[in-house]
Amino acid sequence: MPGPLDSVTVLDLTQYVAGPYATKLLADYGADVIKVERPGGDPARALPPFQDDDPDPEKSGTFFFLNSNKRSFVLDLKAEGAPEILGRLLRIADVVVESFRPGTLDRLGVGWDFIHAREPSLSLVSITNFGQTGPYRDYRGTDLTLFGFGGELFSQGVSERAPVKLYGSAALVQSGGAAATAVMAALMIGAKQGIGQQVDISITDTHLGGADRRHATVMGAEYAGLKSPRFPRGAQQLAMGIHPCADGYVEMGSADRLDRLADMLGHPDWIRDPKWQDPRARGDPDAIEEFNAHLLEWLMQRGKREVWAEARRAKVMCGPLFTVREIFEDPHFRESGFWQKISHAVMGEVEMPGHPFTMHDSPVEWRCPAPLLGEHSAEILGELGYDHAETDELVARGVVGVQ
Amino acid sequence: MGTLPLSGVRIADFTGVWAGSYLTMLLGDLGAEVIKIENPYVLQPSTRGQAHPPEAILEVRSAMGAGYPNLKLGSRPWNYCPTFVQLFRNKKSFTVDYRRPEGLDILARLVAKSDVFVENSAAGTMERLGIDYDWLRDKREDIVALRMPAYGSSGPYRDARAFGYHMEAVIGHTLLRSDPDLDPSETSLSLAGDFLAGTNAALAIMVALWHRDRTGRGQLIEMSQAENATGMIAPALMQYALNRTEPPISGNRSIYGHAPQGVYPCRPVGPTEEAGDRWIAISVITDREWLALREAMGDPEWALVPELDTPQGRVSQHDFLDKQLGAWTARFDDYALFHRLQAAGVPSAPVLEASRVFDDPHIQAREMYEAKDIQDDVGTFRYMAPFYNFPETPVRFFQAPVAFGEHNEYVYKELLGMSDDEFERLRADGHIREEFDESVP
Repeated sequence: MPGPLDSVTVLDLTQYVAGPYATKLLADYGADVIKVERPGGDPARALPPFQDDDPDPEKSGTFFFLNSNKRSFVLDLKAEGAPEILGRLLRIADVVVESFRPGTLDRLGVGWDFIHAREPSLSLVSITNFGQTGPYRDYRGTDLTLFGFGGELFSQGVSERAPVKLYGSAALVQSGGAAATAVMAALMIGAKQGIGQQVDISITDTHLGGADRRHATVMGAEYAGLKSPRFPRGAQQLAMGIHPCADGYVEMGSADRLDRLADMLGHPDWIRDPKWQDPRARGDPDAIEEFNAHLLEWLMQRGKREVWAEARRAKVMCGPLFTVREIFEDPHFRESGFWQKISHAVMGEVEMPGHPFTMHDSPVEWRCPAPLLGEHSAEILGELGYDHAETDELVARGVVGVQ
Repeated sequence: MGTLPLSGVRIADFTGVWAGSYLTMLLGDLGAEVIKIENPYVLQPSTRGQAHPPEAILEVRSAMGAGYPNLKLGSRPWNYCPTFVQLFRNKKSFTVDYRRPEGLDILARLVAKSDVFVENSAAGTMERLGIDYDWLRDKREDIVALRMPAYGSSGPYRDARAFGYHMEAVIGHTLLRSDPDLDPSETSLSLAGDFLAGTNAALAIMVALWHRDRTGRGQLIEMSQAENATGMIAPALMQYALNRTEPPISGNRSIYGHAPQGVYPCRPVGPTEEAGDRWIAISVITDREWLALREAMGDPEWALVPELDTPQGRVSQHDFLDKQLGAWTARFDDYALFHRLQAAGVPSAPVLEASRVFDDPHIQAREMYEAKDIQDDVGTFRYMAPFYNFPETPVRFFQAPVAFGEHNEYVYKELLGMSDDEFERLRADGHIREEFDESVP
């Protein structure tokens, strides 16, 4: 049994990042995710990093991560005969997910009406930039612009500069996580109640309604009229924030528990001064400067791992700023089994970040790496009842692409 | 109309902070009865703010930390701390001092009537209380229990105390998202990992309930929040895994070689320190979008050089493009430019300071905020609504952010079947309260 969702088939019409991340989560739990790719493939196949920097569609590390445990079925939705194939796919699907712009599937004749007429208990989860309704429904968006509009980009960075985003496609991945809960919900409703519906998930809405600061900055504005500007360069808080140490940086965060911080620092005389206990010290720039100078002296005598070990001993909130190489090599995450070694037909043996959950009664089994383009087309056509001659014909006509 | 997918599912919610509170909010949105377990004698760190914050906190003027209703702490500040209150919708709350044997027994009775128990305490906290998976299973055999320690349940970092931003530092996100030419110590904090921990843990619980429906068995789910957060920086990790090279710090630029991409100034309406600065995010993916942007700018001469026709060419000239684009965007109001660029087919959006979300016509049309009264008489305010849109099984904002102990009567009498006398005795013993004890900071 590959995992707790092993009886589930997800028809996945998504591409790029947010949708594929949502369906990847389901695939990693054992669902059979049939990834429908357009001829030429998901545009995420063109996203770096590439193995050996070779921009081959089978060598994208981004695509590889987002599409583990899925099957690839290349189908030209614009081709004559595509709706017939899609109709058969709907028959075996338990839920459908798509991420085209609003109205695209309708224009191709395979939108919600098409789906609902054939399979009334099947749901379609649509993931879009701004949702299916509202004045911006047709607007374009990317990780940066959608996070700028819906998320907390404005207050990230320093006031002397422009706001600075999260890394890469982080905001789209977050929305993919949110969308995955909607897909699972649709699946449960379909299975138990036989209700099919078109679920509208807007990436923007997920950020407005998400847990990463925006809820809190909006509340402060609504409750008290306070705004959330960026802080100027060099603005510091007492015993908080990022500080240098002997070989890098550590993120502190212990102003609430100066007793623990004193323990971490070996109870130096200076920290006994009662003035630090006064809550006003936290907002007093002179006090902050004096306190952090003491802290810095201690930090600069130690490397980040040593600082963190002392912090763990004293139960102080702290974390070193690791580089990608450091996290890749770190023994803790090696021992936890987080890195997954997978054999891929083109790239060979590849390591990737694995499944961060341990489910003790329904363990997940790694089945396959991200699929090659069209790797499973013929196999899936067979499952849909097409014989060899029909398959050959569909391939010859360019309706279906095979590897 | 059907019912919500988690209707009939009861969640005993021992979570705090953002990730946990967000996760149970999502489950509550989807129909579960979420019962927050609160203790009048224990301040769960970073869950309801301080029980008795000093007046001086209001002087900080930070929206997130000090933006209490009308800038007043009021009599029960834990019910409306701006840092946390939005994550309390669609939940119930009851109080019990679970550190005392009779309190633990009350918790046991709640667990017996629950389908899910979820907590995100630091390693060791639950064990000290005597609440581990065996204890939970003894009360309810098919319980689904989820715990989400920062770095997992074993290994050298198991006992590390962490908020989301510490985990993001450890997994490498903080160094990657710096402004490339600033010192890493000047990187502002992000709690992006709390978002993804909440969604993905909610999914894990739903998957475990699916499994329980098929097998009759519950289970323990353990999640490493740090490992979960790596999904957000997967391209960087994959680059190292594939090539043993480290990606550069990218700031606002595309890591995928699309250009131009950045955050550009628009006409300000006030000083930066009052958030009067205005910015537009522009993100060109395709050559066609570049041509559209060029045309929207009126095809200026600097943009017509053939080198800029390809993504590679634009990447190589990114500093120059940023300078030219910024000079052009600075002439416009952010919203005017947003609509103009979108009409031309260029991905773009104003970078909204939080207070502006209420004025946006699209956000209004999507009904992302709803006016509600909470239990305390602090006034009517707009709170964020669920992002789920299920037309046949509507997800509603049915319970305003819950007050501390708001459902004591319901939980003790209706759910646990206690008599009025028992209820009054437990109230006299301090288990049932609507306010924190004076001893709690």
